[in-house]
Amino acid sequence: MNVTLIDYGAGNVPSVERALRRVGAQVETTNLAEKIAAARCLVLPGVGHCAALIAALDAHCLRQPLVDAVGRGVAFLGICLGLQALYESSEEAPTLKGLGLLRDCVTRLPENVKLPHMGWNTLKTVRASRLLDTVPSGAYFYFAHSFAGPAAGQESAAVSKHGREFIAVLEKENICAVQFHPEKSGAAGAQVLRNFLRVAA
Amino acid sequence: MSLARRIIPCLDTDGARVVKGVHFEGLRDAGDPVELAARYNSEGADELVVLDIAAARDNRPTFLETIRRVAEQLAIPLTAGGGIRSLEAARAVVRAGADKITVNTAAVERPELLSELSAEFGAQAVVLAIDAKREGGDWQVRIRGGRQATSLNALDWAQRGVELGAGEIVLTSVDRDGTQSGFDNELTAAISNHVSVPVIASGGAKVPAHFLEVFTRGAADAALAASIFHDQVQSIRALKEFLKENGVEVRLPC
Repeated sequence: MNVTLIDYGAGNVPSVERALRRVGAQVETTNLAEKIAAARCLVLPGVGHCAALIAALDAHCLRQPLVDAVGRGVAFLGICLGLQALYESSEEAPTLKGLGLLRDCVTRLPENVKLPHMGWNTLKTVRASRLLDTVPSGAYFYFAHSFAGPAAGQESAAVSKHGREFIAVLEKENICAVQFHPEKSGAAGAQVLRNFLRVAA
Repeated sequence: MSLARRIIPCLDTDGARVVKGVHFEGLRDAGDPVELAARYNSEGADELVVLDIAAARDNRPTFLETIRRVAEQLAIPLTAGGGIRSLEAARAVVRAGADKITVNTAAVERPELLSELSAEFGAQAVVLAIDAKREGGDWQVRIRGGRQATSLNALDWAQRGVELGAGEIVLTSVDRDGTQSGFDNELTAAISNHVSVPVIASGGAKVPAHFLEVFTRGAADAALAASIFHDQVQSIRALKEFLKENGVEVRLPC
């Protein structure tokens, strides 16, 4: 499977690339609009501040090609901020517009728990999930974030909880996204990436 | 669904090899970082920390190469540090494969470094390392590997560090480090209950009961140790099984 990995300078691009190769993908990293327009399978990684991601996408003129590619049915996987960017907006950067592929907005996790939500947590599946196929229930995934999308919503395939429930696995037609870092989540994370490649094939 | 407590092995290196020693003296070789990283990754370590503790940091390219080779082995997060004094040095470490950067003395000397790192990499990637030593009823921040006193109170510095952009604190008890007499649970609880970010306890671990205590009485979010893992005195899997039997949520790899 040929995967186009969007490299706008996010810190976790090399780990995501390594993890995708480990599960058998051919990976091309790019920040060029024409490569995204020609891609058959797109991965948008991200870690850090969501304003940095949105600003970088706009600086490289990647917003429209990305939205168009997803609209055409290209298999898409968003990781961490790559999930959050799909919504209309985020409380983390209220003046910036998200990709708007999903309704609703990303909000900060409650203050009554330690933030960032950093470490290994489990999931609750809310409906059949292609990304979690053969992943043992009770498997742990690595999270590192303070903001998250809403748990309720038709696109939600699995949720996790830290202060409140939030969306952890998002599946809507050709759009897949995970709030955790599959590239840092051991064997369970590798299985999620393998499943994505299968969905994309 | 709740967050598991983390067990984090730490590799102190001279840039190239894992070393053991007290206060940078009598360093002895404790193994190959790449081999140890691969072992901990498969044994169920939740993260790995790699530090360059060489007193004279004249070997940065070697340390960056070590980070690259260690990162190749891992499907868990990697924190790297030791001698990072600038954004540029941090970028090199991140480019080499580290997910998080840890800073200690440099942040005390120039606190804005924390804000610079946080702005560039996000708070989740900035780990403030604090070495604390008991002074009367308080804890004082020490720098330069614990050798030099400062006027900073550890609770105040932890709070300030979080405000400046640290997303996590690794807290080492200078009094307990190397003693194998258990974590300083009182110190850990004081800091952990004082700040809004996760706290990793360090210094003094030997037996599984020490970890149980620091997760319960010490309110630690994670616990770090070095030599007991390297010397195979303690297996990570057995430690996690002990913690689970005692009611602590941990991730047991399948």
